[in-house]
Amino acid sequence: MLLIPCPWCGAREEVEFRYGGEARHQPAPNADDHALADYLFYRSNPAGRHVERWVHVHGCRRWFTLVRDTMTHEIQESYFRPPDAS
Amino acid sequence: MKRLAHGGRIDRSRPIGFRWDDRGLTGFAGDTLASALLAAGEAIIGRSVILGRPRGIMAAGLEEAHGFAQIGDGAESEPLVRMSAVELVAGLAASSRITKGRLPNEPDPARFDHRYAHCDLLVVGGGPAGVAAALVGARSSARVILAELEPELGGSVLRERDSNTVPAWLADAARELTGAPDVRVLTATTATVALDQNGMVLTERLGSRRPAGERGLIPEKRLWHVRAKAIVLATGALERPIVFQDNDRPGIMLATAARAYLHRFALAPERGLVFTTNDDGYRTALDWNAAGVPVAGVIDPRPNPTGRLPQLARDAGIQVITAAVVAGTTAETDGRLRAAVVRTDAGAEEVSCDLLAVSGGFDPSLNLHQQRGGKTRWDEHLLCAVPERALPGQWIAGAAAGRFTLGGCRADGAAAARSALASLGLVPAGAAEGEEDDPDDAAAALFAVPAPDGDESRSFVDPHRDATVAGVERAIGSGIRHVEHVKRYTLIGTGVEQGRGAKVNAGAVTARGVGRPLTDIGTSSARPPVEPIVFHALSGLAKGPLFEPVRTTAIHPAHEAAGAVFEAVGQWLRPRYYPLPGESMADATLRECRAVRQGVGMMDVSTLGKIDVQGPDAARFLDRLYINTMATLEPGKGRYGVMCRQDGTVFDDGVVMRLTTDRFFVTTTTGNAAAVLDWMEEWLQTEWDDLRVWVTSVTEQWSTVAIAGRGSRDVIQRLAPGLDVTNSGFPFLGVRNATPAGLPPAMIARVSFSGELAYEISVPRPHGISLWEAVADAGSGQGVVPYGMEALHVLRAEKGYFIVGQETDGSTTPTDLGLGRMASKTKDFIGKRSLGRTAMVRPDRLQLVGFRPVDPDALAVEGAAVVADPNQPEPMTVLGHVTASHRSVALGATFGLAMVAGGLGRRGATVHARADGRTVPITLCDPVHYDPDGARRDG
Repeated sequence: MLLIPCPWCGAREEVEFRYGGEARHQPAPNADDHALADYLFYRSNPAGRHVERWVHVHGCRRWFTLVRDTMTHEIQESYFRPPDAS
Repeated sequence: MKRLAHGGRIDRSRPIGFRWDDRGLTGFAGDTLASALLAAGEAIIGRSVILGRPRGIMAAGLEEAHGFAQIGDGAESEPLVRMSAVELVAGLAASSRITKGRLPNEPDPARFDHRYAHCDLLVVGGGPAGVAAALVGARSSARVILAELEPELGGSVLRERDSNTVPAWLADAARELTGAPDVRVLTATTATVALDQNGMVLTERLGSRRPAGERGLIPEKRLWHVRAKAIVLATGALERPIVFQDNDRPGIMLATAARAYLHRFALAPERGLVFTTNDDGYRTALDWNAAGVPVAGVIDPRPNPTGRLPQLARDAGIQVITAAVVAGTTAETDGRLRAAVVRTDAGAEEVSCDLLAVSGGFDPSLNLHQQRGGKTRWDEHLLCAVPERALPGQWIAGAAAGRFTLGGCRADGAAAARSALASLGLVPAGAAEGEEDDPDDAAAALFAVPAPDGDESRSFVDPHRDATVAGVERAIGSGIRHVEHVKRYTLIGTGVEQGRGAKVNAGAVTARGVGRPLTDIGTSSARPPVEPIVFHALSGLAKGPLFEPVRTTAIHPAHEAAGAVFEAVGQWLRPRYYPLPGESMADATLRECRAVRQGVGMMDVSTLGKIDVQGPDAARFLDRLYINTMATLEPGKGRYGVMCRQDGTVFDDGVVMRLTTDRFFVTTTTGNAAAVLDWMEEWLQTEWDDLRVWVTSVTEQWSTVAIAGRGSRDVIQRLAPGLDVTNSGFPFLGVRNATPAGLPPAMIARVSFSGELAYEISVPRPHGISLWEAVADAGSGQGVVPYGMEALHVLRAEKGYFIVGQETDGSTTPTDLGLGRMASKTKDFIGKRSLGRTAMVRPDRLQLVGFRPVDPDALAVEGAAVVADPNQPEPMTVLGHVTASHRSVALGATFGLAMVAGGLGRRGATVHARADGRTVPITLCDPVHYDPDGARRDG
């Protein structure tokens, strides 16, 4: 059970949030089937640094990005706008 | 064991009766169930799980491997409760179930509570180190929570000789902590689950500590969810047993437990023997001797122990046998310990005793550290696993960190708290708590004594699981090398007590078996919970009506008054049907369907999701969400729409009404209302933040009544006499405003989910009952009939209208539902790219079809498999499944809908709906069974 720092509300219990999966870029409109399938059905599932999206669904209802270590559950960053280079 | 005439922290003036199995016994206030049973001479408390060997109490704390019981009778009964954690109260009923509990079938009437708490410093463990840490916190004005497993602060101090009068420093500290304003002292509380970011779940035992008659007013247990800025783990250490042949007999106990029973509960054996690898074990012999208990001797594998305690023992005239081990035991006829077989270089001899106190050293209690992934390392000098390093935000102090002296623990606890508070930017107060005293001499590295006759099948590594040295050797013989695999092969450490005392010995026996040092082998890890949590404590008050909110519409009282039978749709309660006296559900449903098809019906549709979408870019936004175009919609008009997920599967459907140029009223399915709103927010916030659109849920702001059937036009005309209700004046999917008499301004939309001429009229929610009554009144001349969900399902199925979640699953595309032509070719929308994937256009996909049973009276089962050949041996080739199956008044026959592979191409074919071994032949057809031309839509 994580304590999640919402960029707007501060640290709140995980039960107030909904997980939005790995943060990724939308595929290009003309993406081929492989690129599309990669986006829709595959996740990188790293052991370590993971950039992921959360929404404070029982709070301010805002989406944000969280950088979490999947091995230690240490939360390294929490920010509102995903940088283009993530 | 016998009760001494004096001493102990029990109140001999307050005898307490309790039940053990079917017998009545008596103990004293201050006893635990374990001590009261020992005092009553109940040396044997149960039989082991596999071998059925007699077992007795072997510990006074978390080390216990046998002392578990079923507590309470009937509904409040709790299985596998550690007997040394059960305080004796009047009316206590316990029964012998040491390895397997029994769950009551009835709901537990006891109350369980949850609390959430935050603090600067959480101290786990109220022994010398924990108390010192909490004191530093208290004096530094920090917010402190101190959690102690036992009902009283003191930890190991309470089991030692001077605890009959609690030492002054402890009494003072307890008083200061209890009185400190920002310190919460929780006793009889187990820190049981360690969470990320310094979360901790504590179980506080409340009700079970009170007599039966006083329970009910207070919660049985309270689950604390604590978030701490810093945590000091002062969880102490657990004494480790030694493995030898027949080491599981009743009467064999840990050395510290023997002292705890002596000092806290005034219990002593007739003749005690000590087997110890370390100096600490000598305390038991010394304390017995001081209490006048005959001591048969101390058996010590070390050749020449010269420490302070061995010397004191020799000075007291206690026989100390060095370079010796206990290699086995003998028993009385009932299984109780009779004698220990003591082996030296000179040979073996039997030493008679009724209690053998064993100490194999101490293991820091690091369960909470390990739950969070904290690592340990084997310390060759201390002969135990110590924390490699504390986790961020945590400090490990005292015996838990491998410090085993009283002064050292107090100093360590205080130092840990000071460091923790400084890390929080607080200024730690107070001076050093205790002074470091001389450590004991090095212990012997002895874990398991080889069986003299080589039979290791009675040398118990984990007695709770009846797992022996022979079992570990068998695991190694099977090629197993890792302790975690040994654990799973032998079940060592998988019992209710997690085999706390067994881990190191299992590692040592494995190391010996594979010929590698214990530092390489290590010990198995620990998982939550430290002690079991009853499910009721986890659910707390969230059960029965408080488990999930029940949502009802404003019109609900009218449905109740009409005798409606309700069904749950998500959290909503909706009328399923309105039975007249003597009517079955089938009768009522047929009558309600007939009313809609032949006259007029009314239905409360307030539960439909409603979202107010506003903003200059609202039309562009909806165009991207829905597969069909919304931007071309004129104000005052509505349009049916479908939205997909990114993978092209159907997510939701509903009617979008354009109220003004930049304002839309979007309806969703009842079950998906929240998900659709979330979906809109997600896209607006994360991808399309350039769009100027605002979305708001208005589901609960409106009460809506649907009026369906060819008589509905007349009903609307009566409600709104000024409204042009002609087909041209108020066409299908038109939206109008009107103010019916006695009602606030209403929105009327011409939409239909039955295929009949139909309207939905909405007013602000509080006016729902007035609206319902006004519609009933306006329709009374037509004989308007309220209809429920059952009738709705039949009516929509007759028209082949799909329901999200009924016909669709996570793989259904619009094309599968026959809506392929709805998808816009000219604009982009969510899921469009995916709909072009090869797999999405395969001709053998599951497609929506209708069916009619060959026998017009036969009813297929919803969910039945659709098969081509009913005589094919199982497993049969399944073509699809039945999604709807009803009896129809309009068709005069049974009918249904199904999702069938390549179903559109199979129309006209006769296949079979098979469920529960029964087969109904059905003929596939177009899904639109009724009024295929749609003529009835206009009345």
